[in-house]
Amino acid sequence: MANGILVVILPSRGTLSPASYELLGAGKVLAAALKQPLVAAVLGGSSSTLAADVSTRGADKVLVVEHQSLTNFTEEAYAKAAAVAAEKAGASRVILPSTIAGRAVAARLAVLLKGGLATDVAEILPDGKIRRGYYGGNLIAEMELKTPIAVLTIAPMTFPRAEPSGAAAPIEAVSFEPGASKTEFVSFKGEESREIDLGAAEKVVAGGAGLGSAEGFKPVFELAHALGAAVGASRRAVDSGWIPYRHQVGLTGRTVRPKLYIAVGISGQIQHLAGMSTSGTIVAINSDKDCPLMQLASIAVQGEYSEILPLITAEIKNRKGHAVAA
Amino acid sequence: MALNIIVCIKSIPSTVNVGVDAEGRPKIAGVPVAMNPFDEFAVEAAVRLKESVPGSTTTALTVGSDAAAEVLREAIARGMDAGALVTGAEFEGGDSFATSLALSAALKKLHAEKPVSLVIFGKNTSDAGAGVVGTQTAAWLDWASASAIKKIEAIDETSVTVLRMMEDGVDTLKLALPACISTVKEINEPRLPSLKGKMASKKAVFPKWTAADLGLQAGQVGAAGAGAVVVKASLPPARPAGLKIEGATAKEKAAKLVDILVERKLI
Repeated sequence: MANGILVVILPSRGTLSPASYELLGAGKVLAAALKQPLVAAVLGGSSSTLAADVSTRGADKVLVVEHQSLTNFTEEAYAKAAAVAAEKAGASRVILPSTIAGRAVAARLAVLLKGGLATDVAEILPDGKIRRGYYGGNLIAEMELKTPIAVLTIAPMTFPRAEPSGAAAPIEAVSFEPGASKTEFVSFKGEESREIDLGAAEKVVAGGAGLGSAEGFKPVFELAHALGAAVGASRRAVDSGWIPYRHQVGLTGRTVRPKLYIAVGISGQIQHLAGMSTSGTIVAINSDKDCPLMQLASIAVQGEYSEILPLITAEIKNRKGHAVAA
Repeated sequence: MALNIIVCIKSIPSTVNVGVDAEGRPKIAGVPVAMNPFDEFAVEAAVRLKESVPGSTTTALTVGSDAAAEVLREAIARGMDAGALVTGAEFEGGDSFATSLALSAALKKLHAEKPVSLVIFGKNTSDAGAGVVGTQTAAWLDWASASAIKKIEAIDETSVTVLRMMEDGVDTLKLALPACISTVKEINEPRLPSLKGKMASKKAVFPKWTAADLGLQAGQVGAAGAGAVVVKASLPPARPAGLKIEGATAKEKAAKLVDILVERKLI
């Protein structure tokens, strides 16, 4: 009988993302619900040092699966490594992030373990059932995992980040032999600009058709920089070529759940709402007070973005300046 | 060199703006169906490969009811050569686990008839939206897989080189064939169906395969084979009524907004 909740930590280019701590937060909730121990596994090319950090954040044990084949992310090797960790932990549930890598590992792992899979989990219920959005966030599915072992990916920004507690859990190395791989990792080219990634951002400033041009994104970026926010966009802005696709929020782009989402010149078509409607505080800035996003918003500001955005940015900079002076 | 390319597509409700019925299920009865929007990019990627490698063949594959044959017609109208329909009551209510098993069994059958080079999927469906079926299908077959593919850089008899769009940049990967890839919309701009394609789609006849035809037990697929089941659908909680910022000037509105954001500890 499987007995354990396994959180699988996937370092990105050798470092831990804050979202890793959210997985441990979700793991704690599930471990408490199912009354099972919490085990974390850190996978990677050299993951021992990262395991020390993970060990102080609430897991009962930390497994390290370290192998040269895990230096760069490929679906087959990582899924096999996760399966080895799941077996070692005797896991009944395996938790992964809802990133591109996490989703792919979860998908392959579910087949390797012959287990059910639920992605983008936003809520864990006391009986172990989960809730996730579907139909573009228009509906919430309550789901039951029927198999003895099941795999979950956790929606970003939904569970509290596990803090270091002081006491360190024991760390155990797990031997792993990946065997031959059908996938060769050739190279990685990083984004040139060091923009904040949308999926993990606590704040997002997004622009839409109302900006009218690529030039219109300038005050959006300026406000985002002042706030330390990521920049998002509606499909119409992306399709118009004003900003690259990686910024797109919505049904055909990314799903985000920041604490603060500021939508500038976005009318709020259902496809866009699908990607952001579970955000904490939604601010809409639009000249049309009747558009769907102005109706949905926690705070609606009617006005011309070109006039009002620079004023908001200046006001924030001004107050931050005062705060430093004080 | 000629490629044998398969594209897995899905027939879904044409809108995601659906409610919940009295039994707590998505209210989709009567909603017209359409090809999953992301599948258009997968179909276009296959057609472009066929155009660049003469002699190649492209086949659309779907699991669904008899009505799902319509999305196979759509794929042919968009330039694909053939289609195959996996259908039967036993497939109803399947999750990604059960559906990927059904697809993998159909791919095995196609592969036995003529070796498969590459299987292309869309990013995710607009209804369930998990984006995992491509990778799960590859796992059942023990084939290579990669998701979030934004470009097919090169392909030959034995391998495909692809660019994967990660959160922080772009990976280049070389996969041994046969392989399954899931695409993102950056991969291409799909063309509209052509007149010639529409004519061909009207005449197309598709083989229909049941679980038995694919060597599967009824209990392995559909609701019986699902590992994760939706027990209840509900509407998301309504958001609390919003605040309207009033002010005589833009400057006043900006100051008020910043006041509220500071008060709520958001800045």
